[in-house]
Formats: sequence, structure tokens, C-alpha cells
Amino acid sequence: MSEVRYTDQHEWIRLEGEEATVGITKYAAESLGDVVFVELPASGKAVTAGGTVTSANSALEKEPSKVNEDPEGEGWFFKLKLSDKSEFAKLMDKDAYAKFVDSL
Amino acid sequence: MTDTLLRTPLYALHLELGAKMVPFAGYEMPVQYPAGVLKEHLHTREKAGLFDVSHMGQGFLAGDTAALERVTPADVTGLKEGMQHYGLLLTDEGTIKDDFMFSRLAGEADMYLVVNADTKVGDFAYISEKLKGAATLTPRFDRALLALQGPLAVDVLERHSPGISALTFMQVRGATVAGAPAIISRTGYTGEDGFEISIDGADAERVARALLGESEVLPIGLGARDSLRLEAGLCLYGHDIDTTRNPAEGSLMWSIGKRRKEAKDFPGAEKTMGPQAIKRVGILPEGRAPAREGTEIADKSGRIIGKVTSGGFGPSLNGPLAMGYVETQFAANGTPVDLIVRGKAMPAAIAAMPFVPNRYRR
Repeated sequence: MSEVRYTDQHEWIRLEGEEATVGITKYAAESLGDVVFVELPASGKAVTAGGTVTSANSALEKEPSKVNEDPEGEGWFFKLKLSDKSEFAKLMDKDAYAKFVDSL
Repeated sequence: MTDTLLRTPLYALHLELGAKMVPFAGYEMPVQYPAGVLKEHLHTREKAGLFDVSHMGQGFLAGDTAALERVTPADVTGLKEGMQHYGLLLTDEGTIKDDFMFSRLAGEADMYLVVNADTKVGDFAYISEKLKGAATLTPRFDRALLALQGPLAVDVLERHSPGISALTFMQVRGATVAGAPAIISRTGYTGEDGFEISIDGADAERVARALLGESEVLPIGLGARDSLRLEAGLCLYGHDIDTTRNPAEGSLMWSIGKRRKEAKDFPGAEKTMGPQAIKRVGILPEGRAPAREGTEIADKSGRIIGKVTSGGFGPSLNGPLAMGYVETQFAANGTPVDLIVRGKAMPAAIAAMPFVPNRYRR
């Protein structure tokens, strides 16, 4: 059972149990154009989304183009252990994010 | 502000081709087409790419064209018929007001000039003022300019302009392309073999469609134009050179005629011919992270010794690359430096340019 939420910075966060996977949305990937470099956070790093990085998608270092090809799948950036799930619940769901993108 | 932007004669075609349009030098220009910057860049190096550069400033100089030497250190009087040369437009102080191309068609008295888009109005006013009484400059901002670049550009253009393959690098001639009268030079801004084609605005769309109809040709936007020229080590005016730099600092002394160097008869000659504190160099970062314009360059002790003026990712190089200014004692190829990217020192080295070997047809 997983749940996906979106930020106004065009990141998606998929929560499965205690672990959340983070990437950028299709809209963001298309707006950025060809991604040629991704700097990934080190494991253990605390990030602003309210959690600690458990692993990063090191495949992106060799193949940053995965971000363009499959931003909401193979192009994920890193996984997090969330410190506060209530923050996650406040983020936009799929419909709200779609409306947000339409408003831009 | 969008409604005040100018459009080239190919504006409708860009939209039809699915271009992403951005404001550039007062024009609405295609930054990329659906293929994207990476593919457009690689396609140009592999086959042929068509660029709309109609925003650049074209014009014709009539009268005593040698008077152009008042504002450029290039050897204007030494220009042979049928040849194009690169020149720097200098301020009274000898700093770089712009860079431009000048040429003379065989049998023509007038000189044909192409200056940068962003600076064209000011440049032409400046040249007119400085050459007053000697020569008259007529702007032709209504003309279109297309660039067809890449190893297969010659095969493509030969089909639409029979005989054009006889031109060699930096030669220019009057010709017809797809039936339209044109000024065609074997020049470009990519490091590849290729041509620049000046035509009437009214003919632009027909010529562009004829060239794009060839299977080797893709339309290429400003994004790939920038990565191609950076790999070729070519300056972007307003970034890599500007009115705060002289030709020697800009590593552009090759563009000054030998006779002009000996005579020291151009603005700022004494300073330009003397020792320089800083110099434009190529820079290769060691990792994968690109260093953008404005990135500070430090020596290995952490002292800031310069700044990046152009930087990004080179698709053909398959890695990051940059250009910038460093203190002259650090300008030798191979000198290790650090680039300060988001507060972190990223190892890099001063490198020879071009980063990707040029393939001009000499």
C-alpha cells in the first residue's frame, strides 16, 4: 500500500510504510529539459522534507537522462525515513497537484 | 513584456516545428525543438543542423571601407575578395565592444558585416559615427540569416545551391539557394564544417523548408547553439568578452592583423600589446558537476583567482566544461584549480580550447 503526494517545488513523494521515495514530477522534468547532472544527498543527511536519507539512486550519476525518460519511476532521486508523517499528509494529492500545474 | 519582442521571418515555422520559444536579445527565439538540446547538439556534430540566426545584425558598408580600421584591430585592407574575416569592434579605450564578421564578395565594392543581435543597434550607430565622412553603413535587419552546420551540411546545400561545395573555410560568395539570391559563407559557430546563408526575409521560410526537407537536417535551437560553440571554444559576447576586457585578456590576439600589431594603430594598442593581469582560458572540471557562469575559480590554497564566464555540459565531450578568466600566472594548460560550486571546492584544470576538435573544411 503506497500513497503519493506532491510539493509545490514539483517533487513527488511516495510513502510505503516508514520509507518515502522522492523524485521530480514529469512536469518538472519536461520544464528542465535534458538533465545532464544530478547531485544526490549522502545517506544519513537530514533533508527539509522532514526526514533522513536512507539511500540514493546512484544510477542517476551515470545515467542522468533517466530523470527525463521516467521521472516518476526509474528516475527517482533518493529514499527517506520520514520523521513526521503528518507533514506528508499536508502535501498535495494527485488531483490538487494537477490543478496546481494547470494554474501555472 | 512579451508583446514587445521582435520575431524573425521564421517565427511561424518555429511554432509549427514545436519549438520552445524564449526571449533572447529582444527577439522571441527557439531555445529547443522537441528533439531536445542533447539530441540537437549531437545531431549537428553527426549530420546537419539548421539554425535561425536572423536576429543577428547584418549590414553593408559603402565608401572607404578601409576606414573600418578606426574601430577594429583586424586587417581590413588586407581582406581579399571572396573572403570573410573575424574582427573585434573596439571602444576608444581598446576594450571589446563586440565581435563581428566582415567580408567582401568578388566584384563588389561594399563590405558585408554581421554583428551580434544584442548589440546591433548600438554597434551600427557607433560604426556610422566613427566612420562619418568616409563610409556609410546601411543596416539590413530585415534580412534573414540561416546557419547550416555539420559534416553533411555541404552535401545538403550542394543539392539546393549547385557548386557551393567549392567554397573553403572562410570563403564567401553570392549564390542562389532554392532559387533565392543569397550571400553564402563557409563559416559558423559550432566548430563543424558548415555555411551561413544570408537571404531576403521574404525568402527565409521557403529556403528553411527546403533545407529542413532533407533527411540529414534537423532544426536546432539556441540551447544547442550555446553548447556547440562552448565545446568549440568560441566566445559568447556579453559573457566571455565585453567592454571590461581587451583583446589580449580575451585571448583573441590572433584576430589582430600582423600589420596592425606592428603599427600599433588601433584603440588601446599600448595596453593590449603590454603585459596582462588576467586571461581567458578553458577549464575542465574533474567530476560530472557543471560550473555555471559566475562560478568563482580558486587556486589550490583557496584564494580566488578568477571567474567562470560560460559553463555547462558538453554533449560531445560527455562532461562538464567551462570558459573563464584567471590571473595570468594560472593560465597555462594543465594548471590545477578549484571551482567553488555551492560552497564546495570542485577540482578542475585549465585546458586547451577547442574542447572538441574543430572540423573546418580548409
